Amino acid sequence: MIRINNFIIPLFSLIIFCLLWELLVWYNNWPNYKMASPSDLWPAFWKFKHLFLIYGWETFWRTVVGLILSVLVGLSLGILMGFSKTIRIGLYPILVGFNAIPKATVVPVIALIFVGMHNMNTIIIVILISFFPICVSISIGLSTLEREYEDILLSLGANKFEIFYKIALPKTLPEFFGALKVSTTLAFIGTNLMEIIEPHGKGLGHLFDSGKISADYPLMFAVLITLAVMGIFLYYIVVYLENIFAGWAIRK
Amino acid sequence: MHINIEKVSHQYETKQGMLPVLKDLSLSIKRKGFTAIVGPSGCGKSTITRLVSGLIKPTQGSIFISNKKIISPLSTVGMAFQNPVLLEWRNVIKNIILPLEIVSKNMTYNQKRSNALDLLKLVGLEEFENNLPSELSGGMKQRVSLCRSLVHNPEVLILDEPFAALDAFTKEDLWDVMHKLKKERDFTCILITHDLREAVYLADQVIVLSGRPASLQYDVKTNFNEEKKISDLYSSEVSQLLATLRNQIEIAQNNND
Repeated sequence: MIRINNFIIPLFSLIIFCLLWELLVWYNNWPNYKMASPSDLWPAFWKFKHLFLIYGWETFWRTVVGLILSVLVGLSLGILMGFSKTIRIGLYPILVGFNAIPKATVVPVIALIFVGMHNMNTIIIVILISFFPICVSISIGLSTLEREYEDILLSLGANKFEIFYKIALPKTLPEFFGALKVSTTLAFIGTNLMEIIEPHGKGLGHLFDSGKISADYPLMFAVLITLAVMGIFLYYIVVYLENIFAGWAIRK
Repeated sequence: MHINIEKVSHQYETKQGMLPVLKDLSLSIKRKGFTAIVGPSGCGKSTITRLVSGLIKPTQGSIFISNKKIISPLSTVGMAFQNPVLLEWRNVIKNIILPLEIVSKNMTYNQKRSNALDLLKLVGLEEFENNLPSELSGGMKQRVSLCRSLVHNPEVLILDEPFAALDAFTKEDLWDVMHKLKKERDFTCILITHDLREAVYLADQVIVLSGRPASLQYDVKTNFNEEKKISDLYSSEVSQLLATLRNQIEIAQNNND
């Protein structure tokens, strides 16, 4: 019953959301170049269904690869900063400053350094935009481990690695998954920044851009909705992994 | 395992300079003895637990366990704290075997589990083997924590206010659990506590520390009965003992600072 509810309730709220959206457009009598309504979207999808499949997949795999790499980068930096106070105070200003830079301004720089290597450029932007929450949450989780947790193992003569592996890492997993959820949604921003700003002609970002050029507003909205659906899909994959690896922390 | 603390002084580095917590503390705990250490709060009781377990080194003086000077943590020590610090992602049995994973790496899982189960039966939690800590009450968690501190058969058990956060009745239950464990297992025990009744009921020796920096102020044997019962705590003999200890604590508090 609970499992069904977990599916029915979100679906129901989604339907209500679409109905309200449709109603808003219908009530104001907006033409679709001002605001497309849900009923305009399906024809747009159908018209460009092959492009949606090809470009959607391109955007999706770059996002996933970038996300996996940003987990690696975020984890390694977070572990270093969690264990060494020197590294932590040394790296924080750089990381915060770097994160404060709008990534849209980094896109042309990266695109100039690696001219034409579109896949790599996109993945780099994804990493740059999504590693930060993971890095911060891991470093805070590790550096705030209560002393007693260390003491029960240290008093038996355990080494640092055993404490990390048996206590610190599993204890930080809930924070890690919280950060990963944020990073997942950020990752799509990263992919699309590169695809929209740099005219390489690939991915959903490009489809959005061509919709803009040809003033095909339903197409632009359809791209946005596709991105939202992919974001939800990836988010629930993270939730699934969280249930497996950190299910103990979730209140039933 | 008898424990000798010889002329131990210890100070911590703080932002306001050095903070001396122990000064010339000497005391000895006999083999298989149960010693309770009481004193005003902040007088350095927990520092003693960290010194005896070898987690920190005294600024001056030395500590010996069976005439061997402690210079680093020993695997023959078990510890339990006020916070049960159970690993939330492990079930009860896997929490208890944690020390064995460090100390007895060659032991098979089944051996570890059977060691842990023996203790779980002693504390009356054998049905909760597969539960997660979040499914246990405060008293149950503390029972599990006690099992974990004893699973590797330590020669010295260090208890740092393990019952302080429990309600009065649960506390008394746990005291009896402690009596049972002490009877079944061979260990020398140091108990840090703020509860004088607990000290008198559990320990055979009670030590009162003076205010900071702490040294030995009062040392008394509490063998008022071979087998102690809760009702003994209301006898006139014990009431008198408690009054004396209360008085000693007051003296220590007045000497603080």
